[in-house]
Amino acid sequence: MVNPISAASAPEKGTSLWRDGWVRLRKNHLALFGLAVMVFFCVIALLTPWIAPYGYEQQNLQLGASPPSAAHWLGTDIFGRDMLTRIMYGSRVSLLVGFVATGVALVIGVLWGTVAGYAGGRVDAVMMRLVDILYALPFMIFIVLLMVVFGRNILLLFLAIGAVEWLTMARIVRGQVQNLRHQEFIEAAFSMGLSRWIIIRRHLIPNTLGPVIVYTTLTIPNVMLLEAFLSFLGLGIQPPQSSWGLLISHGVESMEEYPWLLIFPGLALSITLFALNFLGDGLRDALDPKASKD
Amino acid sequence: MMLLNVDNLNVHFHTRAGVMKAVDGVSFSVDHGEILAIVGESGSGKSVTCYSLLNLIPQPPGKIESGIALFEGRDLLSMQPDTLRRIRGNEIGIIFQDPMTSLNPYLTVGEQLIEPLLYHRNLNRQQALKRAVTMLDEVGIADPETRIHNYPHEFSGGMRQRVMIAMAMIAEPKLLICDEPTTALDVTIQAQILSLIKALQKRRIIAVIFISHDLAVVASLADRVAVMKEGRIVETGPVDDIFQKPRSGYTRTLLASIPSGSKPHPSQPSDQPLLLIDRLTTCFADNSGGWLSRQKADKKAVNEVSLTIQRGEILGLVGESGSGKSTLGRSILQLVPVTSGTVIFDGTDLVGLRQKRMTPLRRRMQMIFQDPYASLNPRMTVFDCLAEPLLYHGLATRKTVTAQVLALMDDVGLARAAIRKYPHEFSGGQRQRIAIGRAIATKPELIIADEPVSALDVTIQAQILVLILALVEKHNLTMLFISHDLSVVRYIADRIAVMHHGELVEIAETETLFANPGHDYSRKLLSAIPALSTNPTLSTRPPTKLV
Repeated sequence: MVNPISAASAPEKGTSLWRDGWVRLRKNHLALFGLAVMVFFCVIALLTPWIAPYGYEQQNLQLGASPPSAAHWLGTDIFGRDMLTRIMYGSRVSLLVGFVATGVALVIGVLWGTVAGYAGGRVDAVMMRLVDILYALPFMIFIVLLMVVFGRNILLLFLAIGAVEWLTMARIVRGQVQNLRHQEFIEAAFSMGLSRWIIIRRHLIPNTLGPVIVYTTLTIPNVMLLEAFLSFLGLGIQPPQSSWGLLISHGVESMEEYPWLLIFPGLALSITLFALNFLGDGLRDALDPKASKD
Repeated sequence: MMLLNVDNLNVHFHTRAGVMKAVDGVSFSVDHGEILAIVGESGSGKSVTCYSLLNLIPQPPGKIESGIALFEGRDLLSMQPDTLRRIRGNEIGIIFQDPMTSLNPYLTVGEQLIEPLLYHRNLNRQQALKRAVTMLDEVGIADPETRIHNYPHEFSGGMRQRVMIAMAMIAEPKLLICDEPTTALDVTIQAQILSLIKALQKRRIIAVIFISHDLAVVASLADRVAVMKEGRIVETGPVDDIFQKPRSGYTRTLLASIPSGSKPHPSQPSDQPLLLIDRLTTCFADNSGGWLSRQKADKKAVNEVSLTIQRGEILGLVGESGSGKSTLGRSILQLVPVTSGTVIFDGTDLVGLRQKRMTPLRRRMQMIFQDPYASLNPRMTVFDCLAEPLLYHGLATRKTVTAQVLALMDDVGLARAAIRKYPHEFSGGQRQRIAIGRAIATKPELIIADEPVSALDVTIQAQILVLILALVEKHNLTMLFISHDLSVVRYIADRIAVMHHGELVEIAETETLFANPGHDYSRKLLSAIPALSTNPTLSTRPPTKLV
């Protein structure tokens, strides 16, 4: 829809929340570090087919599971497959699942929660009861049903995880919006004659960003592990393809004999989690004009 | 010997922004049976001073840097925490501003009242409860034997403050610290609480430190007054001296800022009505039963109110909290659903108007809210905030909007350089200027101002009132000015309407109402205003010079 307001935030001197936020984020070294790590991981994931030292299904049964060495920096698994290669290929799946599924959850959850919280009354009650019903539906049955109906498909995996994760997001956002709804600046916007959609977009959603960003950074690693769980059950990615979650769950089985099979994929996930948390905290502060007073 | 002797107290707050000298070399003393008032605006350090004595400030960031506070010869500041705890609540009682939040909602008032007795006096429960009943009776709570088993939410605001006073007094302290004890209360309740504090003080012969921002309240109560500004005491002396012959310039400014007398330039309202309200009723449905419950008890917040506002006039609307005055304002603007009646704005009935036809009308009527901290979106800069209505209603193009916003900022007295700042970077008064700018941005004809100066300090309040009067004149505005403060309304309004329990009880010309109130309730309201000891040279001076 065309509206003059969104254009208003970009006149010559340009002051939008996002631009101000970026200026502030640049001063936060920890957040920048997190951002750099994430960019690095994403670039590696994109380039993997060209830069990976071995093929992901290339086995060396004579070698078997070997600890890190000059030829295999992160060791090999029981089939003699190079762990570095497998982690690199795994990152493609894990990062994709993490970002896409979380993105799906974010969009649905924020919109659903904002509309429910702002509309209030019956609309809110109906919308939130629906959320409750979906909550109560056992996750496993839901996924299995989807798989049965639509077959095994990586896109379906994104959708299924996203469709479950948005529920909590919707609840968080709705709580926030309910608080905000009675604030005078929302009333002021309404008395100015602004349409509901503009009030939601310009006045409500920006003010829910803090908790939303924090919850998002927590959701991404969560989603990655969920993918591992589904793959473990045979519903997600299947070997010889790999994902971090899958590697970790295989690593757990043999962690006493071959600890590197668990340590390195675990490390990759942990580093991602830390980087996302730093970035998330930095974003939250950067997008809150009140928080960064430096 | 003085009861309390504070010498050269320094309290600093160490924040990221630097060291803030909240209390900067303050010395004062309180004698047995004396009422000392400490007055000052917000941030002047009056509360921090008293809280430091009892070690009630958050440390860090606060730190008591130096000073001596001798209470009956013992230094409170160098005392062991255990010893101080025996003094706090026992020899020194304290009453806080907000009786809503300073009582524990999960305990009956009886349980909370007997706490100091069990702790400090080693009485058993039976004896303590008996004392508590006597105390409740003394602070004027009817039927104390039953009421003692009630929870705080079962008391009204004024009653709750009485309970707080009972709590502070029950251990028979020698010194009572009252921190703005009547600020959250209605004017008639305030009068009752003040006379209660005074009566108790006389009967028990205790010393009182009374912290307040309200000079008029202090004038009727205190023996001596200390005026604080920016962490220092600028003047101290007997109450009459402070009000009759103030020595410091700041005290004079404070006194001159109190709105007094009538409007400087009465406006010339035309005889065309802009707004015609006829039997307007607004009910709030009580939905506490939930979705499935059928029973709904409607509470009539506004009950059959009829009034007319002429073009170019400022109509004051006064009443106590819960009288429905804010709801009336919101009903006129259709911000709350109206139950019945008509609101005719310039020939169009607004009640039940479709949104499509209402939106263009909204440009012509705007609202100014009470709390400048809540009425501005914290994530929008001044520019965004003022540009939004202009662009939305098509009153500016992207090319002209910056110039128009700058002109608006000039109009309401904001520095042009502040255009890219966020609301939290401004003081309360400046924020209210932004809110006023937003309201007049669309060149409206009608403005409903809901307590626009109640959250502001007295000197800032005077500036905003002068600004509002100037803008009304410049833009030929019509205004409904809602306030609980009669002296403010007298200063700004041409006519005054009085509301009580949702009904309009009286409407009259401002000076007529003050000279000769027609309704009992108006009379009660007028007599409850704390009177400043009248000094003709002070009371007639308009606060114009502050702008």
